[in-house]
Amino acid sequence: MKERVSFLAFLKNGVIDNNPTFVQLLGMCPTLATSTSLLNALGMGAAATFVLICSNLVISLLRKIIPQKVRIAAYIVIIAGFVTMIDLLMQAFVPALSNSLGLFIPLIVVNCIILARAESYASKNKPLPSALDGLTMGIGFTLALSCVATVREILGSGTILGFELFGGVAPLTLFALPAGGFLVLGFFIALVQFLKDRKGGEK
Amino acid sequence: MEISLGAIFVFAINAILVENLCLVRFLGICPFLGVSKKTDTAIGMGLAVTFIMTLSSFITWLVHRFILVPAHLEYLRTIAFILVIAALVQFVETALKKLVPALYSALGIYLPLITTNCAVLGIAITNITENYGLLYSVLNGLFCALGFTLAIWIFSCARERIEHSDIPKAFQGFPIALVTAALLSFAFMGFSGMEF
Repeated sequence: MKERVSFLAFLKNGVIDNNPTFVQLLGMCPTLATSTSLLNALGMGAAATFVLICSNLVISLLRKIIPQKVRIAAYIVIIAGFVTMIDLLMQAFVPALSNSLGLFIPLIVVNCIILARAESYASKNKPLPSALDGLTMGIGFTLALSCVATVREILGSGTILGFELFGGVAPLTLFALPAGGFLVLGFFIALVQFLKDRKGGEK
Repeated sequence: MEISLGAIFVFAINAILVENLCLVRFLGICPFLGVSKKTDTAIGMGLAVTFIMTLSSFITWLVHRFILVPAHLEYLRTIAFILVIAALVQFVETALKKLVPALYSALGIYLPLITTNCAVLGIAITNITENYGLLYSVLNGLFCALGFTLAIWIFSCARERIEHSDIPKAFQGFPIALVTAALLSFAFMGFSGMEF
């Protein structure tokens, strides 16, 4: 029972209170670039979550061995190792998805969310909570990405997960273009700020 | 690829305007949003990125061609490149401090941030996947970085003005910056109609 409560607390922290994209404003590049369709967003989210869990776990296990001075370099090598793994796995098993995400799979290495969790959480906590933190942060990232992608796919291409909604008509092609990405993300973060403000006002 | 002034000019226009790094390809968004509050810092960051990106394009191309390919280790590209870039940034920082202190004091604080700038790694990988030769890899790094500098400079000018305007509370800070970036991205979309 106790474990379930703490898992929920982790989940609330990762998805709502400290959502990596909407609240901590980390990992903007993949959020903008891979949110043209929901499928791409889910693929990107899953890949990033995998890397987050594995790198958090390994970094936490090695936290007493890695010297303080070279820790960032060590983290980057560990993260790059897992990114290479997921890159090769995706090329082998989901080549279509791997093609459409393209460059952004290897670029998970420099995704600030992963390095930020390694530095601020995994380097100070035990392996199990660290892996859990990676999982919930990954879920938060995936959800945020999916929110942006859903809006952009419906408005930009008139589809959802590839199914046509409006008989093959794209209502506002703008949203599938880069400018639409900036716009949708800007409005989502404004919404989050608005909700936070209102919640703060009631207290 | 053809090596002539005309071809290089077309390549430059394409890299700087049509396929702008931040506004069209979504690379290097973190520094684009993070250090664009003032024009001075934006230009400093732009120059630092230009310097490192040109140099790293050169070195990663050599590493790929003469170390990874002969040893059949192409799959280690991501790890090798990120290490090269991190080492390069560290090296340039130390070298500048000793040799050109004036330039160091101008670029110094931006240099460490560049290791995690996804544009640098992104361009290094693009050079390999697009099969560019050494000259075009270096030019690609240089021109894309100039495109980044142009975008971050225009963006910082707009943001300096926004500082003084009355913005709805929910939009203050980050959201209005993103909306501004959207409008800027719109403007750059106009270039995509250009054909050579």
